[in-house]
Amino acid sequence: MFLQHLLNGITIGGSYALIALGYTLVYGVLKLINFAHGEIYMIGAYLGFILISLIPAMPPFLQGNVILMMMVVLIVAAAICALYGFYLEKICYRPLRGAPKLTPLISALGASIFLQNFVMISMGAKDQIFPQTIGMKTITLGGVSFTLLQLVIIFSSIALMALIYWFINRTRLGVAIKATSTDPYMASLVGINVDTVISVTFMAGSFLAACAGVMIGLYYGSINFTLGYLGGIKAFTAAVLGGIGNVPGAMVGGFLLGIIEALGAGYFSSEYKDVYAFFILIAVLVFRPAGLLGKGVNERA
Amino acid sequence: MNGRNLRNDLFYYLGILLICAPFLKMHTVYVPLVLLVAWGVRSCAAFAGESRTFSDIRLKTVNTLVAHQTLAVGVILSAALLLPFASSNYLIDVLTSAILYAILATALNITVGLTGVLVLGFIGFYGVGAYTTGILTAKFALCGFWIALPLSGLAAMLCGVLLGIPALRLKGDYLAVVTLGFGEIIRIFLTNLNGLTGGPNGILGIKRPSFGLFTLDHPRDFYWFSLAMLALIVLIVSRLANSRYGRSWVAIRENEMAAGALGINVFRKHLLSFSLSAFFGGIAGSLFAVKQGFISPDSFTFYESVLVLCMVVLGGIGNVIGSVTGALLLIVVPEFLREFSLYRMLVFGAVMIAFMVFRPNGLLGSRMITQEIQDREDDGQ
Repeated sequence: MFLQHLLNGITIGGSYALIALGYTLVYGVLKLINFAHGEIYMIGAYLGFILISLIPAMPPFLQGNVILMMMVVLIVAAAICALYGFYLEKICYRPLRGAPKLTPLISALGASIFLQNFVMISMGAKDQIFPQTIGMKTITLGGVSFTLLQLVIIFSSIALMALIYWFINRTRLGVAIKATSTDPYMASLVGINVDTVISVTFMAGSFLAACAGVMIGLYYGSINFTLGYLGGIKAFTAAVLGGIGNVPGAMVGGFLLGIIEALGAGYFSSEYKDVYAFFILIAVLVFRPAGLLGKGVNERA
Repeated sequence: MNGRNLRNDLFYYLGILLICAPFLKMHTVYVPLVLLVAWGVRSCAAFAGESRTFSDIRLKTVNTLVAHQTLAVGVILSAALLLPFASSNYLIDVLTSAILYAILATALNITVGLTGVLVLGFIGFYGVGAYTTGILTAKFALCGFWIALPLSGLAAMLCGVLLGIPALRLKGDYLAVVTLGFGEIIRIFLTNLNGLTGGPNGILGIKRPSFGLFTLDHPRDFYWFSLAMLALIVLIVSRLANSRYGRSWVAIRENEMAAGALGINVFRKHLLSFSLSAFFGGIAGSLFAVKQGFISPDSFTFYESVLVLCMVVLGGIGNVIGSVTGALLLIVVPEFLREFSLYRMLVFGAVMIAFMVFRPNGLLGSRMITQEIQDREDDGQ
């Protein structure tokens, strides 16, 4: 049983980690919690749903190859979602740069309500059922049962994390993001266009969140326009757990939260499943605000 | 108009169309609408960029209103008192909920406005208050409303203190998220503690309060009762805002470190504002329970917290009268726009963003103390 819960936890945890990366990256460059990030994740899930329902209209060479098709869906959904992140920053955050802390937070809440209702009005308030496309067959191995889909999800989330890790540490743009996180003013002095870096950060975060959205949609089989709220809070918890602003921290935090949740739901009570995240959040913030991997407390008013 | 501008414009509009297309199912009818909205957003943003002074434009009528505050409050209060004679029960009911929200907004304003602490799970206190009344008067019928009312406030206050002691050591965003978590935890517990709260079905049959033989059964009577409570709470809060406590709250809001250096015990003042705000939130919850006669966890969602926050923001963060105005606007106006109720929240979200960009001080602004300081500086020059 333990291994079973662990595997389920890792599947969900991978998605939490992907969303948490968005929070952490944006917090790094802007010192701002992007409260609308959860909605980006929800929109990603819906885009995945819309694209998958378009599959019958796709060219035959794609329809034959399930894995290739999923890749196309994932990438297209994520690319559109990256644009959402771009516009979100441009419209809701950029005019407020340098304003008191409360201001962007409230505007983020506004954006989040707006996006939620935009999706609700256009797609309807009822749950949308994902067409069952791949890997629904259950495989049992040594008492642990899982689907092929689950494995695909775990591998894709790890691959995406490796990709973002490479992007941040090995590319020019990624290093510029790191420089801006350390000190935006100095970064601008050495010729980094801070505005571009901020846009790119939002786009990268949204890209990952959309991937998580599509995968979660496939995993649970149904999505709803309120998905982003809980998903966003949990991913934020994961980011805080690992130490906000810390990229490996977000990954560790995501997996850890997923596992804790799965074990909690499995061994204690699944009714209180969503409470665990909040308790962890409060406990971490109160006792170790810098998170597990964070260096030193760096509280700003 | 050079080529670069044109290209940027093209990318902007094409991008907006692209991201909206999947959700609008590519119906071409929406294209002009989307383009219009995109154009509106862009020209507004350009306007905001050009004139940051826009937020300083003082609405003349508002200023006159603030200058003659006592008179204005008198007129509004007497109009509010007489209103039930001239309106239907339905309208009275709507106004009563507006009053309850006004109490909530006034309470939230103590933390968000005066002390500058963002609380996102405020509805948790409202829920605790409502359920305390529900459990005491209906579920176990232990006591009457008049004992339950202060107890509800105290229960919420206790939650406030218990949450505040660890949480108020945090700052800004972190604190906001912890309070959000608190609101959710309360809601989940209300849903799952079946024995105490009746679970998802809630508590039924909460009686209206009575004075001896006279029961506040008619909506009109209850309206007056809530109006009196609102007036009392607004009075208390505005007196508090001008007292030594209120001034130290504002000092903390403006500059925590300086306030601490001047000998204000920041943590204790934070805790006081937080628990007072929770207390009034609990009182509002108690009133809500007896107004509805029925409570369930559905009434205490995150959405409600956001709604109350919107009222505070819309009216002007830190302005007591502003919170009441915000509550009236956000409850009464949507009632007249019922046909568009689907689009209500969409508009709320957009309005919140627009307010933050164009008028972060809200409709009335935080005139009280910041304005006084400003005036004094103006005089000095």
